[in-house]
This record gives sequence, structure tokens and C-alpha cells, in this order.
Amino acid sequence: MLIDELKLQKALREVLAELGYQIEDPPGSSDHAPRRPRDITSAEARAEILIPNPFDREALERMKQKTNARIGVWRAGARLGTQTMLTLRADHAAARDAVFTDVDPAFLERLGLFTVQTRCADKNDYLTRPDHGRLLNDEAAETLRRRCVMNPDIQIFASDGLSSSAIAANLADVLPLLLDGLKAKGVIVGTPFFVKFGRVGAMDHISEILGSKVTCVLLGERPGLATAESMSAYIAYNARVGMPESRRTVVSNIHRAGIPAVEAGAYIADLLVTILNAKTSGVELRREEK
Amino acid sequence: MSYQSMLFGHTYAFDSVKEVLAKANEIKSGDVLAGVAAQSDIERIAAKDVLSQMTLQTLRENPVVPYEEDEVTKLNQDSLDPVVYNEIKSWTVAGLREWILSLGTTGRDLRRVSKGLTAEMVAAVAKLMTNLDLVYAASKMEVPAHCNTTIGLSGTLSTRLQPNHTTDSVEGITASLFEGLSYGCGDAVLGLNPVNDTASSLSEVLKRLDEVKNQFQIPTQICVLGHITTQIEAVKQGAPTDMIFQSIAGSEKGNRAFGFSAETVREALALLKERGTAAGPDVFYFETGQGSELSSGAHYGADQVTMEARCYAFAREFHPFMVNTVVGFIGPEYLYDSRQVIRAGLEDHFMGKLTGVPMGCDCCYTNHMMADQNDIENLSLLLSCAHVNYILGVPASDDIMLNYQTNAYHDSAAIREILNLRPIKEFDAWLEKMGITENGKLTERAGDPTIFLGRRA
Repeated sequence: MLIDELKLQKALREVLAELGYQIEDPPGSSDHAPRRPRDITSAEARAEILIPNPFDREALERMKQKTNARIGVWRAGARLGTQTMLTLRADHAAARDAVFTDVDPAFLERLGLFTVQTRCADKNDYLTRPDHGRLLNDEAAETLRRRCVMNPDIQIFASDGLSSSAIAANLADVLPLLLDGLKAKGVIVGTPFFVKFGRVGAMDHISEILGSKVTCVLLGERPGLATAESMSAYIAYNARVGMPESRRTVVSNIHRAGIPAVEAGAYIADLLVTILNAKTSGVELRREEK
Repeated sequence: MSYQSMLFGHTYAFDSVKEVLAKANEIKSGDVLAGVAAQSDIERIAAKDVLSQMTLQTLRENPVVPYEEDEVTKLNQDSLDPVVYNEIKSWTVAGLREWILSLGTTGRDLRRVSKGLTAEMVAAVAKLMTNLDLVYAASKMEVPAHCNTTIGLSGTLSTRLQPNHTTDSVEGITASLFEGLSYGCGDAVLGLNPVNDTASSLSEVLKRLDEVKNQFQIPTQICVLGHITTQIEAVKQGAPTDMIFQSIAGSEKGNRAFGFSAETVREALALLKERGTAAGPDVFYFETGQGSELSSGAHYGADQVTMEARCYAFAREFHPFMVNTVVGFIGPEYLYDSRQVIRAGLEDHFMGKLTGVPMGCDCCYTNHMMADQNDIENLSLLLSCAHVNYILGVPASDDIMLNYQTNAYHDSAAIREILNLRPIKEFDAWLEKMGITENGKLTERAGDPTIFLGRRA
């Protein structure tokens, strides 16, 4: 179908050229490179003005630059136009896939991470029982004691949280940089691993099991429609089960359009050392900085 | 004392009214998380059976949070109309249910009896209602309120226009605002959820909303939904607002977790009487949602439907202009899927109306729930059949600041057309004057936010 269409377009352009019309080739279209299909989720498609005859087109373009909200989308009767409706569904599908699919074990293996699981039996248990996601199961605790360096200065691990996509998109750029950076600073870094079905609070249990001074989890955040790939780092000094949330320091918004993963790695390394030296984190750390 | 029911020859016993109330709920993940849900479907029906035979007096005498330690219970009990209560105290919950549903019972009758109902009675009867019962009963009840205009009159469906922005950019907010107005949204309120909860930031947005309202002479209300104490501060500094907003809970402890108490609301009321920009008398906007008490450990072992009903009892004391449940925002650990969210939306709307507060609903969901836009469209249509006062509107259903989805600006226009409903009268006339609607339907101009540029009303 596509080849026929391209042939047809070429023939049409030749005929028009003979008649004296100059027609530019559409981008990416030549006999050798087949045209990429239209992507309604691309930045260009999102920037399109879909209102056929706006009262003030230039003003509308300016308005669209002032907000990421889906404005200027037009309608079919009192319903959304098809492109807008499908873009929404695509964004929602990406967000749901981020929540409901698992991180690829091969990806974790390439990063040299072994996997342990919280007390959640499955994804539904994870979603409905936050208490289960804050504690490791007994087997996991045993595995950590067997395979990890005990009592490190800094313990780093990754966890799916609410977005496996965030881990897939960012972890490979953050983790090696972070580990190397810390080793260069001469601190004792624990053995990294991955926690399946993890909530932020799992770091408290892990800190207790491994005796780490500073604990840091790189965790997938609840996906929005704007991005399903946002990761955060939650950090605490001497984390303990049941401690107040205010003792956590958070670096959020790690994704392509936020803090790029590479930058985040270097930033988090510095922050971890600051916390290690200050012997405190969260609200207390901010107070000391003032 | 034990409460018993027999089903299929088996006896089911419950230790307390609180336990009966909890186990009589339709299944909700939040009740399971709290450890108060029925253990089986049959136990659930046994609890409903026990509840159906319970008198309203028993429910009044067993509030789920003790009177002595909770101002929500205290306000609810102390403000009950003694004459009405004495007329109905011997009714069973089954009797109340069937009276509400009876052909002869009018909205006016319901408004009167409402004055003798505590939150526990309202919750109890909701637990005996099917979804269609909830729609049928609520559709009888008209609960209007007046701020600058009158919301909730029969034949109307209003919308809160929610032009949220990721950085509170006033120009970005205005762009979304114009888009929403061009679809006929905004007769309930032009109401923004701010990112920055500071008095100066709230003031800046309020000033813009006020400017737009005045420039185009829009008959509506404005509000910026910061924390109540921040709004008080902003108004003291001279910010224009028609209403003050607060998220509320069903116990004093829950409200304290939100950082306020009844005293704070009274302070806000006194301030608005003096400095608010609205005609009034109804100048509050409250939001609720099943599960918030459990999330702050303020549920006292009670179920989330009963705690939700207590929010409405609290709200009633302050004569709000609008109250809405943000039904699907809280997450799957409280409302697991679309079935639970739709049920909760119908329950909350019914309970709010029966309590006597002007109810709307933010028909919404987050991306980690088992729900999608289709479900929320279903809920908004069901609630519109139940004569909900208002739903929400955001650009193409996507709230870029709160990271959740609710109704699109388009949806209220579609529902009004399907069910032959109109916006608030003055706003309807304004839409016609602006050429956005004609005889209640969108015109060719509708959906173009730039019609507000370069022209004045």
C-alpha cells in the first residue's frame, strides 16, 4: 500500500512538474527512504492548531506556547476530534503500561542487579496494599544478608514503584555514573540490587537489614499523561521503619523533559555525600543548609 | 450487645453498629485495607439485613466517632432539628429507604426530613441502595445555593472550569480559561488548583480571574483552591475572591491533618462577609472523597462511606455554595477500579444531597487505577441523570498539574444536549450573547478560545 502510494505521489509530481508546477518532496520521502508514518504523539502533532478557522490564529499559537494543556483542539459536535481523542488514549495507554508491566529481567541483568521482592504477591496486591510494598519478604531479607556488603556508608537500590518505564528509561544512565562517582569520593558503597513491587518505605526496612548509614532508592513515579518515565531518588540518613516522612530528601522529575538522567547521577552523588557528612536528611538537612 | 441476622439457616453476628455499618458496604479496597470490610459476600448481605432493621435512634446514639472527642460529631448532633428527629427516630433504615423512594415523597419532603438525619443515618440508607436507587432518589432532590448566581436548580447542569497550569503561569491559565469558556464551561466557578500555596501567588491568579470575570461580565464565581489559611491571608492582603475553598474530612482529627478546624472556617466566613467579592450568602467550596480519613489515620475504625457522610454533615453547618467528591483521585488502595469509583460517585452524590449540601462530582481517575475515560464518561452521565449540580471541565480531560483525568470541557456540552439541560440561567444568557451557544447548543464559534481576544462583552 505504502509503496503504491509513494509511486503515485511521484508520478503525480512529475505530471505537475511538466505542467510547470514546482512541488517539493515531502520530508523523508524518496525512492530509497520510505516515508515515516505520521505519529500523533510527536511534538509537532501536539503543536498543531486543529481549529479550522480560528478567529486569531497567531494568538492561538502564542496561547499554545503558554501551556501544555490540550487547548485549540476543536471538536466534532460536542465531542473531541479523532486525533485529540486518540492522542489522549495513546498517552493513557503509555501510562498504564508503565504501571502494569514489569521491568525486563534482562535489562536488570545487564546492569548487574539481582532482584528481590517485597511482601506483595502480585501487581494488584502492590496497588491495593501499600503496607505490603513497604516490607521485604523473608526470603528477600535473607538474600540481601547473603549477597550484600553489610553496614555500607551508602546503599543504593532501584525499584519499579508505579512506573517500570521510568526504570527502563533512566536507570542505565543514572546508576553506573552514581556508583562510580561515589567510589571516586572514597565512600563505601553497598551492593546495588532491584526491588520488585516496592514502595518508598521499603528503603527503611532495607536500611535496617543492611545497616547502611545512607539509603537511596531510585524509584518509578506514578505516571501522568505528560510523561510515564519520571523517576525519583528518595534518600534518608539512618532510615528506620516508622520514621516520619519528613526525614526523606527527594530528587524528583528525573526524565528526558525534566532533570536528564546523566545530570541526575552526578547531582545525586554529591547530595549523598552531603547527607553522609551532615548525618541527617530531609527537613533537618534543609534547616542545616540555612 | 450483638446484632444478628440469619441467612440460609446460618447466623451472622456483629458486635457493634460500627461493624454493621462497615460490613454493609459494597466492596471497596479501602475498607479491605482498613480491615473493616465483610469477609464474604454473604456476610455483606447479612450486615445489610441487620442494618435494614436498625432504627434511626440506634444510629443517632452510636456515632462512629465519640461526641466528646470530635467536633464533627458534636456539630452534627447539636444542630439536628428535634421536631423532625422525634417524628422519624423510630423508623428503621429499611423504612427510611422505602419512604425516600416512594412516589408520594417529594424533594420538599426530603429536604425537611434531612434536618433530622445524622451522617450515620445518611450513610446507612445509602448502603441499602442499588446504583439505580441512588440515581432515582437523588434525582428528586433539588439543593440550590446562591453566591453570585444560583446553582442546583432543576433543569441545569453546571461546571467548574479548572484551568490548572504546571507553574501557575497567569497567561497559561488564561489560555485554558478562554478555551473552557468557549465550550460553555464555568458557570459553577472558575476555580484553579494552585501549585504554589502562597498568598502572593494566590492573589496573582485571583486578580486575573477577577479581571476576566469583570471584563467579559461573566455571571459566575471565582476561587483559587489553596489551603484555607493561605486564602485567608490572600484576602487580608486585598485579593478578590468570591469563595474560600477547603478539603474536608469526616472527623476533627482528619480536618486537623488537613491543617484546619471548624474555627478556621468560621474565621474565613467572617472575613468573606467583610472583604469577599460575592453577593452570597453561600461562600464556601468544599471537596471530599472516600478514603481520606483512613489515609491520615483519622477513621476511628469506621468504613469510608460513613466517614464520607460525616464530611457532608460538617459541610452543612457552613452553607457551602458547592461541595464535590473528588471521587477517583485517591488511588486504587481505596477505590480499586471503575466499578468501585462509579459506585462511590453515586453514593457520595446521594449522601450529599440527602444531607442537604449542593453536590457536584469530580468524575475522575488516576493512571494507576483500573479505569479509563470511558468509565468517567459513564459516571458523569449517570450523575447528570441524578441531577448532579455540577461536574468538572479541563482541557480535553487531561489535568496537566494534578496528573489525573476528569471530564473534558466538551463533556458538559454533550451531556446538556443529550439530557436537555442548561447552564445556570444568567450564564446561559451570557453564552448566547457571546455567540457560543444558541438555544442551548454549541454554535460554530464554540471551541475557539481566541474569540475572547480583541473584543469586549
